[in-house]
Amino acid sequence: MNSLRRRAAAVTGMSMLLAVGLAACSSGEPEGSESPGPGDSGDEAVSYDITFLPKNLGNPYFDASDNAGKAAVESFGGTYKEVGPTEAAPDAQVTFINTLSQQGVGAIVLSANDPAALCDALAQAKEAGVHVLTFDSDVNPECREMYVAASNTELIGQKQIDIIAEEIGGSGQIAILSASANATNQNAWIEVMKEYLASDYPDIELVEVVYGDDDDQTSYDKTEALLSQYPDLKGIIAPTTVGIAAAARYLSTSEFKGQVMLTGLGTPNDMRDFVKDGTVLEFALWNPKDLGILAAWAAKALIDGDITGAEGETFTAEGLSSEVTEFTIGADGIVVLGDPFVFTADNIDDFDF
Amino acid sequence: MSSTLIDERTAPTAPATGTRWRRLLFGRDAAIIALLAVVWLVALFAVPHFNSPSTLYYLLEDIFPVLLIALPMTMVVITGEIDLSVGSMVGLGSVVVGALVQGGMPFGTAAAVALAVGAVGGALNGYLVTKVGLPSLAVTIGTLALFRGLAVSILGNRSVTGFPQEWKDLAQSRMFGSGTALPSIIWLFVILAVVFVTLLHFTPTGRATYAIGMNDEAARFSGINSDRLKLGLFAATGAISALAGIWFVLYYNTARGDNATGLELSVVAAVLVGGVSIFGGKGGLPGVIAGVLLIGALRSALRLADVSSDAINVATGVLLVVTVIVPSLVLWLGRVRKALILGVRVRSGAPGAPHREEEL
Repeated sequence: MNSLRRRAAAVTGMSMLLAVGLAACSSGEPEGSESPGPGDSGDEAVSYDITFLPKNLGNPYFDASDNAGKAAVESFGGTYKEVGPTEAAPDAQVTFINTLSQQGVGAIVLSANDPAALCDALAQAKEAGVHVLTFDSDVNPECREMYVAASNTELIGQKQIDIIAEEIGGSGQIAILSASANATNQNAWIEVMKEYLASDYPDIELVEVVYGDDDDQTSYDKTEALLSQYPDLKGIIAPTTVGIAAAARYLSTSEFKGQVMLTGLGTPNDMRDFVKDGTVLEFALWNPKDLGILAAWAAKALIDGDITGAEGETFTAEGLSSEVTEFTIGADGIVVLGDPFVFTADNIDDFDF
Repeated sequence: MSSTLIDERTAPTAPATGTRWRRLLFGRDAAIIALLAVVWLVALFAVPHFNSPSTLYYLLEDIFPVLLIALPMTMVVITGEIDLSVGSMVGLGSVVVGALVQGGMPFGTAAAVALAVGAVGGALNGYLVTKVGLPSLAVTIGTLALFRGLAVSILGNRSVTGFPQEWKDLAQSRMFGSGTALPSIIWLFVILAVVFVTLLHFTPTGRATYAIGMNDEAARFSGINSDRLKLGLFAATGAISALAGIWFVLYYNTARGDNATGLELSVVAAVLVGGVSIFGGKGGLPGVIAGVLLIGALRSALRLADVSSDAINVATGVLLVVTVIVPSLVLWLGRVRKALILGVRVRSGAPGAPHREEEL
């Protein structure tokens, strides 16, 4: 009989434990993560309840953008939150969008895993009074109010030409190491580069565009071939993260290191060693921190009702590395952060993605 | 007095009415339903927004494919088999619909083709298990890779979107208008649930399912066509997985090769949480349906409480382990209570060896 009572008590105890545990999880967490907001700025008339929803959690690129976004949200007295799936799948993002609709947050700042799959969930969020803007990766324009784009085709193409022109002294032969021959982004950038060379740098000759297919070994071999085929080559532009890393790897151990200039689009973690050993002086990409900051301020402007995402509206953002504060919304509700960010030996250690 | 107990054990498929009631009150199903009620009540009071009608809508849509597939999966597991290819079949079904609709076929026809593909794929599982005699674990791990591979190779890394709105409304609309709790598509689950509950709990086929799971050999000797039943169950599982794939396309408005990756584990977890024994022969659909709802409610509540995805996965895992332990305790309590009523002393060894004597 005694052991019987003990058993009964154990079962009752266990279910109570489970219930208490659940209650603790459910009531403790939100207070923990949201307490800075109501605690010190409870008098605010408007509450900026802004949630970042990246493609997936645990991704260094989004850690950089979202943490910068968090600082920006807190700088204007808002409440920041980041939710997201562990795998970059669209249906998982739908579940989180639905949850945010139920919670009635002020704005969702989304990097989409699929341009169309999230639209129905986003429409329901808008119905529930939640502002929806995308950054980094867009959805179809009718599914969101704004898209905060890192840069645009012209700025990305021209920036890389500007960098290489300065490094080779404004004249001589250059080549381009691209991704695959039918890569949409790269081809658009290369088109811009050709026009920009013709109009602004007549003394620079583009001798060839080669394709490394975004494969490390192919890109490496193509770099080698370029250098043996064009002995007077002074610079290479690789507008793809795989290409620039492979080309840098070849150059860093070759006789051309420091002689032939290399730039393009790369990530700091791939390029850190090559920037520090002098193989690459400068390369470009957007700054995810600035992207997160601009998205946060755009969300604030939407919540304030200052903007609706229509072309020509303006809003302000503070704390960007470019020190630009005025932004104007372009066609299709797209606002552009600006020039690509240039990474050098001086700033590369500020980034980890 | 003690002879009553023995009678119950030796005739488990046709218990006396009194036993059936006791089983309802103290069985695994009851424990899971009680746990579901506890989680639901706690969430109602402790989690902001959990009490809104939309919560139930999103919760049901979120677990809908698991609800559907858990029905045939329960019967498959009760026969002592398992089907791990269901998640891949959801993906394949959705890709077949997507590719055919993109190629100009009307949505209804494409959906019918996808259902057929599901039934054939499921029958392939069943054939390899029953006629070739391979273990279902090995077979369906193979077809898990096979179906997923086919799905990804049909569409590559493309996705098909833009399905007809009237079809999408089937999966997305709410039964009683905007803002209400029930998704319209829930009727599909209700119909299938009635079919499967009737089949498993009120027909000779259902009793044969349990008999096969308890002892396949004995079932064959008593005239049950075990192979035919298993083949049918695998085919049904495949077809319903493809049905879930069609729903997936309509609800998420996207057909992709990687749709529903890993869904098989959610289904199997829900079936086990629902009190079905992985060794076969034990469990029932009321518990499984409550199990699916329990996992869905827990995850929904934790998401609403801003708990991180990783922590939610940990909580789901803990729930799975706890629900394997608690029902046997509750069951044991029920037997002790019965023994007390009957005035029988509990043997000291009883708590340690409850499994031999459990009812179905």
